[in-house]
Amino acid sequence: MRVNGVEEKLDVEPWVSLLDALRERLGVTGPKKGCDQGACGACTVLADGMRINACLALAVQYADKEITTIEGVTPHPLQEAFVRHDGFQCGYCTPGQICSAIAMLDEYAAGMPSAVSDGAPQLTEAEIRERMSGNLCRCGAYNGIVDAIKEVAG
Amino acid sequence: MTTTYAERTATEKYVGRPVDRLDGPAKTTGEARYAAEHRYPDLAYAALVHATVARGRITAIDTAAARAVPGVIEVLTHENAPAMKPFKVSLLDPLGAMASGTSVNYLATDEVHWNGQPVAVVVAETHEAARHAASLVRPAYQELPAVVDFSAEEPNATPQKRSMLLESEADKGDAKAALAAAPVSVDLRFTTPPHNHNAIEPHATTAAWNGDHLTVHEATQGIPWVRKQLALRFGVPERNIRVLSPFVGGGFGGKGPIWAGTLLAVLAARATGRPVRLALTRAGVYHTVGGRTPSTQRVALGADEDGRLTALIHTSVARTGRVGGWQEQITSASRHLYAAPNIHLRQHLVQLDLLPNTPMRAPGESIGSFALESAVDELAWELGMDPIELRMRNEPERNPVDGKRFARRFLREAYALGAERFGWKERDPRPGAMRDGRWLVGMGVATAYHPAMHMPVSAAVRLSADGGVVVRCAMAEIGVGAATVQAQIAADELGVPLEAVRVESGDSELPLGAMAGGSTQTASVAASVLAACRKLKQSALALARRSPDSPLRGRRLSDLEARDGGLFRGGSGETYAAILTRAGRDHLESEIKPGMLGLVGPLRDRMRWVKAACGAQFCEVRVDRDTGEVRVSRWLGVFDVGRVINAKLVASQLRGGIVMGIGLALSEETLIDPRTGRIVNASLGEYHVPVHADIPRIDVHWLDEPDPTMPLGLVGVGEVGITGVGAAVANAVRHATGRRIADLPITLDKLL
Repeated sequence: MRVNGVEEKLDVEPWVSLLDALRERLGVTGPKKGCDQGACGACTVLADGMRINACLALAVQYADKEITTIEGVTPHPLQEAFVRHDGFQCGYCTPGQICSAIAMLDEYAAGMPSAVSDGAPQLTEAEIRERMSGNLCRCGAYNGIVDAIKEVAG
Repeated sequence: MTTTYAERTATEKYVGRPVDRLDGPAKTTGEARYAAEHRYPDLAYAALVHATVARGRITAIDTAAARAVPGVIEVLTHENAPAMKPFKVSLLDPLGAMASGTSVNYLATDEVHWNGQPVAVVVAETHEAARHAASLVRPAYQELPAVVDFSAEEPNATPQKRSMLLESEADKGDAKAALAAAPVSVDLRFTTPPHNHNAIEPHATTAAWNGDHLTVHEATQGIPWVRKQLALRFGVPERNIRVLSPFVGGGFGGKGPIWAGTLLAVLAARATGRPVRLALTRAGVYHTVGGRTPSTQRVALGADEDGRLTALIHTSVARTGRVGGWQEQITSASRHLYAAPNIHLRQHLVQLDLLPNTPMRAPGESIGSFALESAVDELAWELGMDPIELRMRNEPERNPVDGKRFARRFLREAYALGAERFGWKERDPRPGAMRDGRWLVGMGVATAYHPAMHMPVSAAVRLSADGGVVVRCAMAEIGVGAATVQAQIAADELGVPLEAVRVESGDSELPLGAMAGGSTQTASVAASVLAACRKLKQSALALARRSPDSPLRGRRLSDLEARDGGLFRGGSGETYAAILTRAGRDHLESEIKPGMLGLVGPLRDRMRWVKAACGAQFCEVRVDRDTGEVRVSRWLGVFDVGRVINAKLVASQLRGGIVMGIGLALSEETLIDPRTGRIVNASLGEYHVPVHADIPRIDVHWLDEPDPTMPLGLVGVGEVGITGVGAAVANAVRHATGRRIADLPITLDKLL
């Protein structure tokens, strides 16, 4: 598996999740575990550029994929924008929010619609909220996150 | 005489400014390490086995299949676990009674006190093996009768004499007679469900013993409690225990007390001789960490035709567990908000065989304000009066129940500014009159209120010969920006650039005492940091005056300005670095240790003053006229929270409270099976916290009037934001639909 550009050799049982492989076997703790069942998005990583919930993925399924975590996207303009707009408090959901936002902007650029799109999607606040709704923030920093994404999206 | 506090720092270059969080880069790059993210070479993993009956005794526990799983190191049950010392409340430390989430001595007893109580711990080489093996442990139970249904037990409620630290009862005049005689009145019954904190980081502990010394990486809001509890339960001196908690992935009250996971991780590490990590599963958090109590409440209001309140009755029933639980201050806001001549407040409790409740953001006030502020709105409908006008007519000059003075109160100003900014005058007062396509539009208001306090805590500040400043305090960073705020204060009091200040926190080796709870931490630490900086300037000056060459010779501190990294008067003076270097000192440190005596000031203040954060919440909702779906479309809050040290962080705290309040209003509910006492929606998939799409732009403002009775004039903002939110939503729904929903959450089935 390639993780953040580095070839990693990993010998894990078939039931080990990608998230646990990253966190417990490789010590890549940027992706967080919040629910372990795909409900919170804290574990969001990029697999060949697509956002996935690493807790719902088995490590062995991703043996030939390029996995990018928050550590691998650093430095990214979204990180600075999150700080400037205070798009987090405790910081635990933040790596997942940022990885998710990176892929979300790519999805938007590729013309993918969302549930609230009406015709050709425009990156309105409603679009951003809809497309980011798989990433929970219990501290309630949603306004700041949307502002940070808007700023970086231009 | 009242205790008065300095209202300002020596300079104000940073205080009041929207400074970015100092830990922003760490949190946005994945560098920040949380409790489950510390590596040890021979780390073992623990997983819990939860009871499946509400009350009973374990008659047998079969661990054979679990032990047979490859990689399993040990299965600890009540039959083989080393005993912890039982939980004990010390009369000398009444607050310590709150330190343990329950009184159960886990794995030292065959008794089961709630459905979900841990009855075994599996320790294994991997996380996967531990979890799998835990699923194979088979306890057998002798079930005993259990009382788990809150609404069925409600008639058996008994009077609650106290709330945590506050009074819970009040009587003034004859409220019952005044209500009966009132020309206009409302009498409503409200229900609110249990809630869970759902910090995104599940509680986690990494514990490593070295002989009788223990290191614990812990997700906690209260380092002092963790250290003290572990010392008591494991029979080692406090000094042998180091608790590290630099980053906490959200708390909201849930990470205040010490719960089973923490104790059992430490126990497992001791029993196996290995460092052990126990990160709770999400369901494990629901089953071992208490949440908010449910409540039923009655609010009855009587008024004359002009809307002057003649009677205010607020009573409540809440629950605790038979093995612990906090007594929440549900009627608290009713003590302070309205100038009714006749007031009757009572709280009642039932004890259930459930995991005990625990504080969750604004315990009591969040749900109490829902009932009170909904009832006030309903009275406005009865009177045909604007709900803001009704509130203003009943705004008290002094605290209604006892005549104490308010330290400050700017609720009128908050409503005036809020009404203007929100466009309240655009509101058509008729129900259902405002429409936008298929949406019925409604606007509602409610008052936010939360008591303000501060506690004595220790903190130290160090000046180094290289000009650096270190603030040292074992406070918790659960997301409030604790380090950033204290760095701003230290920089301004010492007159040094913010970049020169580093903050060390989250480590029990640092000066202890601070806890993130009750919206007290910022003000409490600020008082000690400020005092430490002042002492430090005195010491620096004393050092300088000893030298015949110092331009500060003969000067007094009151003649000098702290600026440019030192003490100056006009063009003459010197930097701290120069003072220290000349004296051959590499650093100067001053520590403030108020101890229990430090409680005298705040307690004396409480005898004389009522201090609080308050505000006006404005909400606009859209209700689908066919499906009853409620969307919050606009929010504005104006708050009276004393001096604001960091505008960016305060805005975030207030918004965060409002977001959690929108969850309380519309979607959050912990469902407990009334037959078995089991939480049936113990997941983030089925317990609905607000998501991005649920939250509109939230506009927050504050009045920035310092509180003369609080350190630096600041008032904690962690909890006030959630208060009043439930009512503001319900009141907007009432306006949109004509329907009063008195049972939270306001789901669409209740509007059909």
